[in-house]
Amino acid sequence: MNTQSNAMNEFDSQRVAPAAVSGTRPLYWSIRRELWENRSIFVAPLAVAGVALSAITLSSIAGIWEKRLRLNPAQPHAPYEMAAGLMMLTGIVVSVFYCIDALHSERRDRSILFWKSLPVSDLTTVLAKASIPLIILPLLTFAITVAMQSLMLLLSSAVALASGSRVATLLTNISFLRMSWLLLYHILTAHALWPAPMYCWLLLVSGWPRRAAFLWAALPLVAIAGVEQIVFHTWHFAALVGGRLIGAAPMVTSTSPDMFPTDPMTHLSMGSFLSSPGLWMGLAVAALFLAAAVRLRRYQGPI
Amino acid sequence: MTCIEARGLRKAFGTVIALNGVDLCVEEGRILGLIGPNGAGKTTLLNAILGLTPYQGELKVLGRDPWTERDQLMRDVCFIADVAVLPRWIRVSQALDYVAGVHPRFDRAKAEGFLAKTTIGRDRKVRELSKGMVAQLHLALVMAIDARLLVLDEPTLGLDILYRKQFYDSLLNDYFDRSRTIVVTTHQVEELEHVLTDVVFIDRGRIVFNCSTEEFESRYLEVMVNPEHVAAAGALRPIQERQALGRSILIFDLMTLDKVDRQQLATFGDVRTPSIADLFVAVMNSQAGPAQGAAR
Repeated sequence: MNTQSNAMNEFDSQRVAPAAVSGTRPLYWSIRRELWENRSIFVAPLAVAGVALSAITLSSIAGIWEKRLRLNPAQPHAPYEMAAGLMMLTGIVVSVFYCIDALHSERRDRSILFWKSLPVSDLTTVLAKASIPLIILPLLTFAITVAMQSLMLLLSSAVALASGSRVATLLTNISFLRMSWLLLYHILTAHALWPAPMYCWLLLVSGWPRRAAFLWAALPLVAIAGVEQIVFHTWHFAALVGGRLIGAAPMVTSTSPDMFPTDPMTHLSMGSFLSSPGLWMGLAVAALFLAAAVRLRRYQGPI
Repeated sequence: MTCIEARGLRKAFGTVIALNGVDLCVEEGRILGLIGPNGAGKTTLLNAILGLTPYQGELKVLGRDPWTERDQLMRDVCFIADVAVLPRWIRVSQALDYVAGVHPRFDRAKAEGFLAKTTIGRDRKVRELSKGMVAQLHLALVMAIDARLLVLDEPTLGLDILYRKQFYDSLLNDYFDRSRTIVVTTHQVEELEHVLTDVVFIDRGRIVFNCSTEEFESRYLEVMVNPEHVAAAGALRPIQERQALGRSILIFDLMTLDKVDRQQLATFGDVRTPSIADLFVAVMNSQAGPAQGAAR
């Protein structure tokens, strides 16, 4: 008996010894898995940036032809803002399509049985999926936008040189670093923290129906907005949802809403944003949705 | 050490009862074949063991509750469902990277070694591989994990006979080492009956037959009865009777016979151990009788 239990202990300790995967490794590899599976996460922003850059290049070449810089001197930042706006819009579209399929695709192709046969918890999996719209895509959007704007600046300088304008004037007119910093701030606040409850809602719904997840995600929102309109004749809920989704976060800046968020004249109001109850209520709701999604995934198998 | 211990395991999907009080105890180092007709509850039982579905009753796998501790349990348990569960978009190299990244007991060199014996390229995607190759890949991943329990649910479904044979051969030669436990369901019992140490039949959510293969061999007898002895043999309450090539083949449960009757059996004709498949049919038929009666 003794020798047997000794042998068993020895056996157990042998088995336990290599079990040294740190807590974050499954999360890291789960995020890698999402990027492998959903290549649109980086392909779509890169493609949009590529197309936009080609258009800008053509326009600049036309500028050389016309022997002038096709820029409005009163608004030197306008093209960069347009580029940033385009990339942020792409980010929203990619996020929405990613989230609505996030917990569905692994059930549809039955691979959930493979993922669940590995020592990765449902919490880790759901957090990895949530990190795509909340962390990965915002940072990726930022990086691609800055790269794109750098190329645009280079292009403008080249056009300026070729058409005889003064490059120095151009460069002093554009405060590139401040623009980038404002962009990062805006993306992280208005496109990650603020819409978090919307993305987490989509993520949760993606794990629920067998098909038409988009309808299941949209219908409750439309219904609530409709009931509100009929009963109170107001559109508060619709405004709330819409504002969350497109990143129309009040209190991110204290400047007028007409001003583009990365305009160098923007005044940041990080304090009032971070202390606004709307932000924290939204994040609390987002956490609830994620907790529900974790629970849901535990119960679900292939479709 | 007990690997799987289930007591009064129940599971219902709405009004359909998938598991109706299953009691099962599997010791470490066994190869258990779980055999049952379609819809008998095999997959539900395996899902409960793997922590994929909630259940009522008591269940411990390697001392853990599978439903609440699935992720820890999966360090010691491996699972191959059928051939179609590897994600189709994944590359072979990505699958290796991922499992190596998340599994503390994965030996990548070993997996590469298994793959080297196949024609599977590292940069191929799963969707480009044939069904047999996907099974080989999954087996290579699983065999490189130093697990204590391996669960196989119809692992060779849809594979041709060469792949099926190779699958079980590599499993036995390169993987099984007496300290591991394997639970396998299959419809092709004859392909692995020589490797099983235990046989369990399940029908309508209940375990209707459970015995080790040694007991099986000493307990059941199949007699190809010579025509002149058919009536005498039939009087000894065979559990199954069938005709083949113009002769009657009867299966007897020796537990129900006394010593004299047992000796008599040998004089009726050729005697041998029945195949698991034949005994399965016999047990299922004897189950079906009373149930149909009850339904009326």
